[in-house]
This record gives sequence, structure tokens and C-alpha cells, in this order.
Amino acid sequence: MTEAIDQASTADNGLMIEMADVHKWYGDFHVLRNINLEVQKGERIVICGPSGSGKSTMIRCINRLEEHQRGRISISGVELTGDLKNIERIRREVGMVFQHFNLFPHLTVLENLALAPIWVRKTPRAEAEEIAMNYLERVKIPEQAGKYPGQLSGGQQQRVAIARSLCMNPQIMLFDEPTSALDPEMIKEVLDVMVELAQDGMTMLCVTHEMGFAKTVANRVIFMDEGQIIEENEPEEFFTRPQHDRTKLFLSQILEH
Amino acid sequence: MTDLKNPSLAPPVTTVGIMGWMRQNLFSTPLNSGLTVLAVAFIYLLLVPFFQWAVWNADWTGSDQSACTSGGACWVFINARMELFIYGFFPTSEYWRVDLVFALLAVLIVPQFFERFPHKGWIGFFTLTGFPVLVYFLLVGGSFGLEPVESGKWGGLMLTLVLAFVGIVAALPIGILLALGRRSEMPVIRTICVCFIELWRGVPLISVLFMASVMLPLFLPDGVNFDKLLRALIGIVLFQSAYMAEVIRGGLQAIPKGQYEAARALGLGYWKSMSLIILPQALKLVIPGIVNTFIALFKDTTLVLIIGLLDILASVQSAIVDPAWGSVSTEGYLFAAFSFWIFCFSMSRYSQALERKLETGYQR
Repeated sequence: MTEAIDQASTADNGLMIEMADVHKWYGDFHVLRNINLEVQKGERIVICGPSGSGKSTMIRCINRLEEHQRGRISISGVELTGDLKNIERIRREVGMVFQHFNLFPHLTVLENLALAPIWVRKTPRAEAEEIAMNYLERVKIPEQAGKYPGQLSGGQQQRVAIARSLCMNPQIMLFDEPTSALDPEMIKEVLDVMVELAQDGMTMLCVTHEMGFAKTVANRVIFMDEGQIIEENEPEEFFTRPQHDRTKLFLSQILEH
Repeated sequence: MTDLKNPSLAPPVTTVGIMGWMRQNLFSTPLNSGLTVLAVAFIYLLLVPFFQWAVWNADWTGSDQSACTSGGACWVFINARMELFIYGFFPTSEYWRVDLVFALLAVLIVPQFFERFPHKGWIGFFTLTGFPVLVYFLLVGGSFGLEPVESGKWGGLMLTLVLAFVGIVAALPIGILLALGRRSEMPVIRTICVCFIELWRGVPLISVLFMASVMLPLFLPDGVNFDKLLRALIGIVLFQSAYMAEVIRGGLQAIPKGQYEAARALGLGYWKSMSLIILPQALKLVIPGIVNTFIALFKDTTLVLIIGLLDILASVQSAIVDPAWGSVSTEGYLFAAFSFWIFCFSMSRYSQALERKLETGYQR
């Protein structure tokens, strides 16, 4: 966590995500309003904001777990439309880690990891399991391969969930409050894995309130409120000189303790 | 740990062992003691005469009523009419076909009771798919040089098992499809499934069977006539699949939304997420409900007697009115009840074993 990541590594050699004038409603409720966001390859973006501000909804639009109703979202140049084949192609390239892990409880850890490569990428089983073991070693729990998710701690489960996404070799990783459901002593082990991932140059969008993580890892911090992007800045600027009143209020509330 | 101030002592005699157990459970209060005495007296007055009748004073061997002299149960009757109870009116020369089916079924089911049996999955798959086809050719006949046996001659335990097996094997997949359809996001499919389920659940099975045997032929064009047994089977399958669908829907609803989302986020399409992620969990959750439906189905097969098919109960009924045997109705009905109980109880035990085996100790 402590070693800062070279900010210059933000090579702008490709637009990975492009959101233009994205709007979304739940019934009459306008959850996302005029979202404009561009993410370059290798960029690491932290999204924060009060609960109900639409940050989860926004990243869930990127892999179409939520449908946007206006505007345009493109992932590596492919536009997200209602076309199912297209959506499945994009989901293969976009990994997602959830707040509640969402591991498959009826499968062992190894089966959780190998499932998508086998059934989506058509990787032969032996090869898929080899890939799975590699990633389990990367998240430092290869010895848990034969266990069921219910037998692991929260931190271990979340690391398995990260490894499960990585097995699909995604180009983008989305994190939806990955540490919010964890006991405090387990947060670090998950953040360490995420920092390593960032050092390897993964394009990451992360909804989190871990401000330490944001300071060390993020290229950009985005603050959302009431479905809009209120402020967007480099972490240094964002934390020391927030521009907007609502950002100041939010930061003072979460940094007070 | 060794220098405890209060070393552990043996518990008082009155709280452990058989004495302790009896004190706690049978004689804890005066009322409880009274109830215990009453219950013992009741069991004594009821069970002792029953066992005297059914076991000690019963007649077991012989060939006709003259062997039943001791005043107890006349099990000779069951022995003598066993062929009717098992094969119905199947031609005697063709009994081997039914026997072969029974033997195959037994051989195919045995591996399912072992933890690790080679190719267990494939054997199970064959039992549910290839085996029914084989049974069809064996029992119906008319091909491979086998003499055709029309379904009117089927009966007894064999008919009961055919109805139950086909009902179970067909109702489960149809029920799964209906349950998925009812939760579909496509309004047309959802409406069709809801209408189907509510229609079939809203009518009694008896009326379904009546319609299948009496009304359906009226609507079919002249010359088109298909087998009465087949019509009854289709009725039973569609009826039970509606129930099955609702049981499975309960399981689907219990799966957290996160599981669907995780499956989709990995790029799994609808059918893959359902078959690999959602259904294995949902079906496991509702094993008790599924087996409940199976057991109900097994026992409901006996309703085919109202359309003139003689299942095991009906064949027993037809045998007890035979004047050559005095009053043997008690023996007959006990035998029929016991036959049903054996199968239903086995299913129940199997489902419990299955639940224990599939328990992976997870919480979500």
C-alpha cells in the first residue's frame, strides 16, 4: 500500500471506456444524470460519494448489469447496445468484483475459478485449472483450492472473487465496494491484491471509501452525488484542494475519524 | 489446565443413563407419568393383538383358502395372487420382460446409493433417458420379434411403477422449464407459463384423467385414437409438472441476486448461468419439496383406476372380491399400503441422503 505507483505509467495508448451523456432512470427516479467519462488503458480510477449517489449503478452500466436509457457507452470501441452477443463479448473482457463476493457456494474454489474459462472461453479443463492455480497463487491462497467458499474467511473469499475475474484475462476490472463487507483486519489483504494488480497495469474502476488506497493507487478520483459527477481530479489535488462544497463536506465527514 | 479448583465429578446417577433419560422424558411430572402409563397401556392393547393377528397366528403357506385355519391373517391369499398384483394381466409367457425391466431398474439404481461408483453420473443419465426408451420397447413389444402386449393388459405393481417412473422423469424437466419460463423477462413466455401452471393446478387430477379418457377422444378426428394409458400418462405428467414448477420456482427465488449477477458478469449466457450456477443451487434447496411432489405423484398414480386401469391397489381390490377367498380385504389393503410405503419411504430416505451429500457447509 505504501509504495506509490508511478503516475507517469498512465500511458494513453488507447481509450478503454467511453461514457457520453449517459442517463438512467429507475422508474421516475433519475439515478444517473449526464455522465461523461473517458478511461484510458492502464488508468486507475477511484469513485467515491455518499450512498445512493449512483456510483455502483454507473460502474454496473459498464458491463450491462444495469441498462442505461440515454447516451452512449463504448468499451474498447464497441458500443453497448441491446445486442446480447455484443454484451456477452464485452462481459468477457470486463471483470467485476462485488461487495458481497458472490462466489458460487456449490462449487469449490478451484471450480469457481475454472468455470468461466471452461464454459465461456472454451479452454480445456486441465489448462483452465492450471490458470486458476496460477491466480490463486497470485492472491496467495493456493492451499484453499479444494475448499468451498463457505469455509473461507471474508477476506479470502474476496481474494478468490478477484482471482475468478482475473482467470478470464479481462482488460478492465470493476470493483464495487470490494472491502465494505469485510471485517477491518481483512481489508488490507484484499487491498494489497488490488494494489499489485494496479502495479501490473490493469485498467481499474473502483468504487470505494478506502481513501488510503485512492491516494496511493488512483490516477483520478471521481466524486459523485445525486447521480452526477461533481468533481474529478488527481488524488493529490482532490484530497488537499477539493473545489466543490459537497466534496469538501463529504471528505470532512469520512476523514474526520 | 490440571490444577482446577473443582475437578470434574461423575454426574448424579439420576441424570444420566437409561434411568436419567426415563426420569427426564417419561416421569418428569405426575401428569407426564400418567400419560406414560396410558400410552404404554394403549400400545399394549393395540399392538399386541395386531402382531398376534399379523404374525403369530397368521397362515403363510398354502395355495387356497383351506390353508387359512388359524384365525390370524391369511397371507396365503397374497402369495397366491402375487402374480396379479405384480404383472396385472400381462401374458404369463411374457413375464420375463417385466422381470427384466425390474432387474434393470434395480441394477441401475444401486450405484446411486454409493459414494463413488465408476461412471455414476452416466448411469444416472442413462436411467433417466435411455432406460425409459428400452422399457417402452420391452413392455409394449411389437418390434424385435417381441409379441405386442396392449396396455389394457398392464396392471399391478408394474403399471404403478411405469406411471410413477414416467411421471417423475418427465415432470421434473418440464417443471424446470415452466419455472424458468414463469420468471422469464419475456412477457409472452411468462404469460404462457403462468396460464399453463394455473390451469393445471386449478383442476383435480381425477377430472384430468376423466377428460383424458372420455373427452379427448371426442375431439380427435375419426380414426385417430391413441392409447388410454398414454393419455393418462400425459395427463399425469402435465398435471405434476405444474406442481413441480412451483416448487422449483420457490428454489429459484431463494437464490440471491448476486449469483445471477456474478454469472452474467463472467460472460455466461442465460442457459449456462441457469444450468451451471442457478439450478444446481435452487434444486438442492428444494429437494424436500421435489421429493414431496414425487411421493404425491407416486400415490396419485392409483387414481388411474377410475379410468379402468388396474394399478396395484385396483388389482388388490379386484382380487379381494373373489368369492373363493373369504374375507381377505384387510390383508389385501395392508399389502397394497405396505407396497406403496416401501417405495415412498425409500424415496424419502434417498432424498435425505442426497441432501446430506450435497451439503457443502456454505453460507451466502
